[in-house]
Order: sequence, then structure tokens, then C-alpha cells
Amino acid sequence: MSNAENLIALLVAAPLLGAAVLLCGGRRLDAVGHVIGTALSTLSFVIGVVLFADMLGRGADDRAMSQHLFSWIPVEGFQADVAFQLDQLSMTFVLLISGVGSLIHLYSIGYMEHDERRRRFFGYLNLFLAAMLLLVLADNYLLLYVGWEGVGLASYLLIGFWQHKPSAATAAKKAFLVNRVGDIGLSIAIMLMFTTFGTFAFGPVLGAADEAGEGRLTAIGLMLLLAACGKSAQVPLQSWLGDAMEGPTPVSALIHAATMVTAGVYLIVRSGEIFNGAPDAQLVVTVVGAVTLLFGAIVGCAKDDIKKALAGSTMSQIGYMILAAGLGPIGYAFAIMHLVTHGFFKAGLFLGAGSVMHGMNDEVDMRKYGGLRKYMPITFVTFGLGYLAIIGFPGLSGFFSKDKIIEAAFAKGGTEGWILGGVALLGAGITAYYMTRVMIMTFFGEERWRKSAAPAEPGVAPASGEHDEPHPHESPRSMTIPMIVLAFGSVFAGGYFSIGERFVHWLEPVTGYDHGHPPVSALTVTLATMVMLVVGVGIAYVQYGRGPVPVLAPRGSLLTRAARRDLYQDDFNHVVLVRGGEHLTRSLVYVDHTLVDGVVNGTAASMGGLSGRLRKLQNGYARSYAVSMFGGAAILVAATLLMRAV
Amino acid sequence: MSFPLLTATAALPALGAIATAAVPAARRTAAKWLALLVSLATLVLALVVMVRFDPGGDRYQLTESHPWISDFGVRYELGVDGIGVALIALTALLIPFVILAGWHDADPLETHSSRWRPTQGFFALILAVEAMVIISFEATDVFLFYIFFEAMLIPMYFLIGGFGDRAHSGTDENAAAQRSYAAVKFLLYNLAGGLIMLAAVIGLYVVAGSFSLQEIAAARADGSLEMATTTERWLFLGFFFAFAVKAPLWPLHTWLPNAMGEATTPVAVLITAVVDKVGTFAMLRFCLQLFPEASKWATPAILVLALISIIYGALLAVGQRDIKRLVAYASISHFGFIIMGIFAMTSQGQSGATLYMVNHGISTAALMLVAGFLISRRGSRLIADYGGVQKVAPVLAGTFLIGGLATLSLPGLAPFVSEFLVLVGTFARYPVIGIIATFGIVLAALYTLVLYQRTMTGPVKPEVSTMPDLRVRELLVVAPLIALLIFLGVFPKPVTEIIDPAVQQTLSDVQKKDPQPEVEAAK
Amino acid sequence: MNPVNYLYLAALLFTIGATGVLIRRNAIVVFMCVELMLNACNLAFVAFSRMHGNLDGQIIAFFTMVVAAAEVVVGLAIIVSLFRSRHSASVDDASLMKL
Repeated sequence: MSNAENLIALLVAAPLLGAAVLLCGGRRLDAVGHVIGTALSTLSFVIGVVLFADMLGRGADDRAMSQHLFSWIPVEGFQADVAFQLDQLSMTFVLLISGVGSLIHLYSIGYMEHDERRRRFFGYLNLFLAAMLLLVLADNYLLLYVGWEGVGLASYLLIGFWQHKPSAATAAKKAFLVNRVGDIGLSIAIMLMFTTFGTFAFGPVLGAADEAGEGRLTAIGLMLLLAACGKSAQVPLQSWLGDAMEGPTPVSALIHAATMVTAGVYLIVRSGEIFNGAPDAQLVVTVVGAVTLLFGAIVGCAKDDIKKALAGSTMSQIGYMILAAGLGPIGYAFAIMHLVTHGFFKAGLFLGAGSVMHGMNDEVDMRKYGGLRKYMPITFVTFGLGYLAIIGFPGLSGFFSKDKIIEAAFAKGGTEGWILGGVALLGAGITAYYMTRVMIMTFFGEERWRKSAAPAEPGVAPASGEHDEPHPHESPRSMTIPMIVLAFGSVFAGGYFSIGERFVHWLEPVTGYDHGHPPVSALTVTLATMVMLVVGVGIAYVQYGRGPVPVLAPRGSLLTRAARRDLYQDDFNHVVLVRGGEHLTRSLVYVDHTLVDGVVNGTAASMGGLSGRLRKLQNGYARSYAVSMFGGAAILVAATLLMRAV
Repeated sequence: MSFPLLTATAALPALGAIATAAVPAARRTAAKWLALLVSLATLVLALVVMVRFDPGGDRYQLTESHPWISDFGVRYELGVDGIGVALIALTALLIPFVILAGWHDADPLETHSSRWRPTQGFFALILAVEAMVIISFEATDVFLFYIFFEAMLIPMYFLIGGFGDRAHSGTDENAAAQRSYAAVKFLLYNLAGGLIMLAAVIGLYVVAGSFSLQEIAAARADGSLEMATTTERWLFLGFFFAFAVKAPLWPLHTWLPNAMGEATTPVAVLITAVVDKVGTFAMLRFCLQLFPEASKWATPAILVLALISIIYGALLAVGQRDIKRLVAYASISHFGFIIMGIFAMTSQGQSGATLYMVNHGISTAALMLVAGFLISRRGSRLIADYGGVQKVAPVLAGTFLIGGLATLSLPGLAPFVSEFLVLVGTFARYPVIGIIATFGIVLAALYTLVLYQRTMTGPVKPEVSTMPDLRVRELLVVAPLIALLIFLGVFPKPVTEIIDPAVQQTLSDVQKKDPQPEVEAAK
Repeated sequence: MNPVNYLYLAALLFTIGATGVLIRRNAIVVFMCVELMLNACNLAFVAFSRMHGNLDGQIIAFFTMVVAAAEVVVGLAIIVSLFRSRHSASVDDASLMKL
């Protein structure tokens, strides 16, 4: 037994130290801030690799490590510790988070070069890494909650990084608030665990899950799902993710694509024993996953903003993962596998999008791109590989992971199995469609960004004079290297994981595995997926590849217009929650002022009135005072006599 | 006889108050330094109390007892349990920051005559409040407690009415009228509560024949003092009413926003972070120990009122346009949590509530004092007058954000620990109330982030474009508070260790046991 | 003679005095009526003394007379100074106590 577990805390401590130094250090560190940030994040990754090597050296059942730091909240009957647990599931996340995180730190050095607040940006990124690592390393739900909110805070700070833009500040606030709604779920789930098991440490809770009643487990499961919906942008708490694209692109890549938004999947997989005992909750999980899968895909089809299109795609891909996680032991491993491969290709895609924006004066509208492959060859190739991976091109990462999920969905059995499998299959087709659309609009076709060129559509005046024509160019090396590394991951990770079901066996001691009884053979599923893929790509090519793409968005069909507005979900929120809330608070302020305060002030006023009247008795005539004196005396005497008579 | 440590802790600021008041008019700065040094010395004494206190020892420690008004059995009896120790430490800790933050708040205006000595008065009054609050936390004689509970109002009245916030809209006369309205409202509300409590105190003496908390509680516990159910309930209500006004609990809360809005920021901190804690502390110490049965009888109603406070306070905070009133309503919401934790009657709830008192003191002080620095720069309390401060004064904005995050109970900062304990403790016994209270965390995020967004982000308003960042004195006030928030968020053990035994004893007074986890219970 | 009759007389005198205090405006007359009330009380004291057969009442009557004498001195001085400052001895003119 080595002492490797003593290193676990360092995984979190390194980036936390970075955050503290960078945020408290002041302007003196402006020149070296990005170096410190990147170095500490890389240190975390190196420690992760060391621990991974140590873990591989042990037997499959002896791999979990734990480290107890100190007792956090010791109160009678309530035990919360700061303690870490590193098993295969956590290890997977640690490597993904610190690995992709370090790459994105590197990328940000170039991307944020001209931002005067770059030191602060790296401080926030480090804070995020620390919180995210805490989230996946915690050995109890309460400590997980700390990481859970910590990533929310980092996400808030980073979405609103360009605070001077009101839209960014609003988006940040929205993200935090929607996440808080989800946090209610996590809070209540922990409280339920406490009243059910008397603890909320993973070991005792998950170990005793089968002793609790199914009703309890279902309640806990649904509450955990609510939490997962908030963090992972699942319907009905998905509305913040699109707006979160206001943040700098590296943030979108790291937090809102590769890592933080997948925390919900982690939560559900981690709590597998609870869901295994609550089939109703599992069903709801799969339904949420399936609905979001379609929702995100449809939204992704209509967006012209490249980052928002990718955000829709993220939502949809996480829908796949949640769907898989809801399937139980058949799907847990595949959910995580898709999570990892998605981490590679989606981070790569976002970094590619950032690279495009970097070269295009921060233009995000894809209708003003076109033909960029000549100008940005590295970006084109890496983005293209990410594209092939996400649509599930045979042999690339997405093909292996997504295919397995679709297969597992069918394997759930019964009508649900057919419906879920069908939805997943349909989603694969839509994915192929919208990603092809993004690809064509950005890298192929006419160069619509040229101001001097004839307008792409007759009747539309060229928008000139506002900005200089962009000069697309390839990004600096610090940005392209991470993209290349991620592209490698996008291409090979899935295949590597799938050789001999390597990934499944790696996770099996933690999540369990059940092959299920698929009603259709794996080959059929793969073929069906291929057909959907070809159809999706084909339609996109017919629509966007063969003719010119209009610079101004056409009005579009009813569905397109709805999808552009996120299927009216935001409008609903605005009318019901924002407006309704405003009216409620305003009327409550009025009530507090007039009613609650009014009762008191009214009492005071009536006392005043009464004493005003009594004051009149004091007329200053000694005789009238004498009368009251005599009268009083007479009444007293009379009363005394009367009492005696009685 | 050993050194009367508790008396010394309360007497030092009292003597300091007299000395500060006696400083000649021209030596203003000397008065400030004197007050600061006295408050720091008191902090040292409070820390000695904390160190000398043995969590595993007797319930009341460092006790002192002398006859006072022997005809009525009134004794000068002091003693602290873990809850008292924690709150004395909080009080002694916050006062130096209050003094430092109010360094220039009571400098005389040029229009005042030279004989006018506001500065001396201001700091002397603050020290007087400190002395009375500390002795309230120490008194184990009901009558002694009552006297200082009420006497506290006098210096508070002058602090609110005599030293207004210089940032106000409208004319000076208008502001003075508003201020005196707030001060009188504060006084009347609290006097009304105190009057009812006085009746209950006398009633208690008639029934029990003693004012000694320990004697009565012991007699209640071993059954030698029987109280008719109705009598107990009436007495309980008399005490509770006074404490609910002070705390404040909905619907007795309306004095707080007025008082906090009109007072200078340090005084606002004094009200909500220190003085109001006496109310919640007294619920825990007097209501539960003296009237255990009546406390249990009233629990459902009080929990509902606390729940209303939580949600109502938070909703009203969202609707405020004045920064200080917003913090006041947020405090009402937090006091709802504290009262809910006390009356949930579980270990977690009560430990959480006590911890909440400490944490709320620190977090509100941090947020409010930074808000005060902000307000003093711009001369306006209206949220709409700010915008884009983050770009001009990043350190101020950063500290403001941390204060706000503490207010919304972000995990990792101290208030989270206490809020979660309260929620868990309540949920264990009253699941529905616990769940509804959880919605308070979303509303807390809403009012905090809306406040931050409107004041700190967005385009820089021309009026704030020349705003200086935090000065050294201001940073000295804020930085230790923030450090403490983080420390107690990560490692609250030093405080919970002291509190926990006292809570266990209180629970055994009311004869309540924690509910068993379902899985255990099934076995 | 039945001593109760003295009590009736005392009550009558007291009532006359009280009525005078209440309805007359001249300070001198009011003052005399006060004296009348005092003397009515004295009469009652003496009568009670006789009825109960002890001397307490008679002693108190002496005290009353001494106090009344002192009162006359102070009272008349006040009335005189009031007359000097206001040129009137009406009690209604001295209503400064009114708010």
C-alpha cells in the first residue's frame, strides 16, 4: 500500500492556491498571472496522472482511495467531514477536468492576451478547477454541495467576466439563479438522506440504499434529478446555458461544454444505488434526458450564433448522457464514456469557434462567415475532426460512445425502450444535420464577410462602414496546440476505450454493469444510426451546401422561429416568473408599508387622537380641576358606602 | 474569591464609555482612539472568557453571585454557557470594526457650536451598548437581564436619532424628521415589548418566588415547581413577545428597516448584528428553559411565523430600492431562519441557530459596512444611483460580492454551515416547513445578485467614475471579517464545540430527543 | 344633644364651602370658602372625638388650625401679589396652566 492517497488533497489545493494568489495578489502579478494559473492547473493534472498510475498498479477491487482531512461540522447526531474519495469514477473525472482544464488555460493565454484583467480571469479559472475537483472528489454529499456551488460561483464570475456589458451581467445572474433552483433539489435530497440514513456520506448512504423504502428513494432520486437539471441545463432548467455563451469562449469550452455541465451526470451515476432502487425516478430521468436531447438539438438547428448553436448541441449531448444514466447499470458506464469523449470533441469545437472568432473580430454570426477553411487551416482540420466525432462518424470517438447509448436505450426493454431508443436515434440524425450546417456555414461556401463583395442575396444592401472588413487569420500557437491535442482525443479516445470494453471494465467496480437484453442486434442499431447520419448530413448539404447562404436570416418556418427563441421557454419564464415576481414583490412592499406598518401607525395615530381629546380637559381653570377632584372624592365615598351596604 | 472575569468584561466597556464621554471637545481623535483601545481590550477579555470556558464542564461557568435587592430576591448573578460565550465573543469582536468603520461618521459639522461634542457621545454610546449587550448575555438572573435588556434602548435611541446617515435624499429637515421617526418607532416597539415582558417577569416572580434562572429551571426540571398550563403559556407569551420584537419576527419587524435605513451604517450593524441577537439568544435561554411545555405548545405557530419571515423578508428585499433597507429585509429573513432553528427543537436546528447568530453577525457586518463605504462615496442610498462600480473600484466590488455571497449562504463561507444545519434540523421534524424554507435560498440569491448587478456591473455611471477604491482603514475593517467568514465556513469546529454541549442541555430541558433516521428506526 | 347633629352641621358647612370654592370667582371669597371647609372638618373632628371618647380628634383640630393659619399667611400673600400684577382678584384670569 503506497501513500498515494495523501496526494488527493493536493489535487484541489493546487488550483485553490492559484485562485487565492491571483485574486488577492493585486496588480503586481499582472505580468505573471497566466503563468502561475497554468502552472498550478498543470500541476494538478500531473498529480492526477501520478495517482492514476498508482491506481492502475492495483487490482480492480482495490483501487478506491480515500483521504480524511478533518471533521468539518461536528454537531450532535450530524457528521460532515472534509474527506476525499478517489475511485475509478472520480479518477476519470479528475483526468478529464485537470487535463482539459490545463489545455484551456494554455489556450486562454493567447485568447485573453489583450484583456487587461487577464490575471483575474486565470484566478477564476483556477477557482473553477478547484471547485470542480472538489465536487468529484468529495466523499459525502455535503462536501459535494460545496464543490457544486463553487463551480456555480466560478461559472457566475466567468460568464459575467465582461461585466461592463449588461447582457453578460444579466446572463451570469440568470445562470446562478437557475442553478440555485436546482440546488434546492440537492439541499432537499441531502436532508432526506439525513432523515433516512442519519448520514450523507457516500459509503453508508449508498451501502444502505436497499434498506430504505422505495418511496424515500424515489423522492431522493427526483430531488437529485432536479439538481442535475439545474447544473446540466436539462429541461426544464435549461434556459441559462444559451445565455451563458456571453462568457469568453474558453469558459464556454471548459465550463459550459466539457466539465461543469456534466456534473449532473456525475451526480446521477454516483448515486446509482439510489436510482437502482427507484425505478420511477429512473423513468423520469430517462424522460428528461430524451426531451432535452430533442430540445437542444432543435434549438441547435436554428441558431445563427455559432456559440449558441454549439450550446444547443451541448444540451442535447448531455441529454444523451442523462438518458443513459437513467437506464441504470446498463447505461452508467456509457454515460460516463460519452461524457469523456464529448469533453474532448465539444471542448475542441468550442476552442475552434473561439479561434474563428479571434480571427473574425469577435463576430459570432455564422451568416457572416463562410469559406474560412483557406484562411484557418489548423482550425478547420481540428474543428472538422471534432465535427466528425460528434456526428458519430464511424471510427471516431462519438461513434463508439453514442452508439452504445442508443443500443442501451433499446435494451431497456418494453415500450419505453422502443420510444427512448427511437428518440436517441432521431437525435443522432438531427445532430448530424445541425453540425453539418455549422460546418458548411463557417468553413465552406462564399466568403460572406467580405464587405466589398456583392450582397449574397439580391435586395439586401451591403452592411458597410460600421466595421472594417475582418482579416481572417490563423490563431497563435498557444491556441492551436490545445485544439490539436483535443482533436486527437476526439478521434482516438472512443476507439481506445472500446477495445475489449476497456472503459466499462474500468468503471464496473464502481457503477456496476448489466448488459441488458437488447431487442435488436448491435449491428442493426449501428446501421440505423448510420442511415440517420447520412440523412441528416444530406439534408443539411442540400439546404446550405448547394446554394448561397443568406447574410440576413430569413424569416423561417414556425418551428425555426420558435427554436430561435429557445422554443419560447424564456418568454414563458419572463412572463410568469419575472413579471409575476415583480408584481408580487411590489405589492408586498405596498402591503408592508400600508398594512403591517399601517396597523402600528394607526394604533399610534388613534392614541394621539385620544390624548388630543383628553388634553381639552386641561383648561387651566383651577375651579374645573377642583370640580373633578370633588367629583372624584364624592364618587369614592359613594362607592365605599355602596360596598359596605352590599 | 476568583477574579470576576464576567463582570470585568462588561464593566470595561462601561467605564470606557464614561471615559470617552469625558474627553474634552477639542480632543476628538483621542476619544476615537480611546474607544477603539477599550473595545480591543474588551475583545481580549472576551477571548480570555472563551479560553477559560470548558465545553465539557458545568453548564454555567465563571459564575458570580451577589445579593442585590434582597427584599425581592434579586441577585447579581452572572454565568455563561457555550451559547453565551459564543455571542459575547461575537459582540466583542464586532465592536472594534464598528468603531473603526464609523471613524468619521460623527465628526462635527462646521455649523455646530464648539461646545457640541458629537464624536465623544457617539463612541461612548457604542461602548455603552456593548457593555449592556455583554451583560445581557451573562445575566442568569431574570430581573438583572430584564434591566439591561431594556436599558440598552436608551443608548440605541440616541445613536439612531442623534446620528443619522449623511447620505439622504431631500432636505436636512426632512432627513431629521425621518430619523426621529425611525428612532421613536424603534423605541416604542421595543418598549412595548419590554413592558409586556415586565408584567411576565413579575408574574414569574409571583409564581416561582425567585428570579434566579438556574433555580427556577432546576425546579421546573425536577418537578418541584408546578405551573398551571395557562399561567405558563401567558408567561411564555409575555417573554416571547419582547424577544420577537427585538429579533424581529414577522409581523413585528417594521421598525428594523426604518432604523437601519436612517442610522449611520456602523449603528445599523450594531442593531442587526449585535443588539438583535439578544432577542434570539433570550428565546433560547429564557423561553425554552423557563417554560418548556409552553414552548412546545407554541412551536407550530412560531415556526409558521418564522417561515413567513424568511420568505416575506426575502421577497421584500427583492423589492427595495434603498441598499440599506434591502440589507435590513434580508436580515429579517435570516432572523426567521434563526428562530426556526431554535424552535425546531433538534440538535442540528439549535446548534445551527446559535451558529447562525454568530455567522449572521459577521456576514451582515461585512456586507453592510462595505455598503456603507460605497454609500459614503456617492452620498446616496438608492441602488439606481450606482452602476459599473466594479470597473472603478474593483476591491470594493470584490469585497461587496463576498459579503453578498455570504448573505446568500454560499457553501464555503460561514453562513452556509449554519443555514444548512437549521434546514436539516427543521426538516428532520417538520419536513414541509423545511422544504418551503429551502426556497429562501433562491430568493436570497435573487436579491443579492440583483443588488450586485445593478450597483457594480454594467456601464460606469458618470457620478461614480471618480470613486476611489477602498482605503487602508476600510480594508482593515473588511479584510478580517472576510477572513473570518472563510475560516468559519471551512472550519467551524471551534465554535460548534463550544455551542454543542449547551444545546444538548437546552434540549434536555425541553425533553426533546432528535428524531431517529428512518433506516435506524426500522431496525 | 345627639353629637350626630354636629356632623350634619359639619357636612352642611363643608358643602357650602365647596360650592363657594367652585362657583365664586373672587379669590378672597374662594379663600374664605376654603377656610369654611377647613373649619367644617374641624367641627367633624371634635364631634368624632366626643363620640369616640378620645382626644385624638381634638388634637388634630389644633393642628388644622395651625396649618390653616400658615395657609392664610401664604395664601393671602399670593392673592395680594396676584392682584398687584393683574389688577384683578378673579381666579379665572389666572389660567396660565392651560396648554
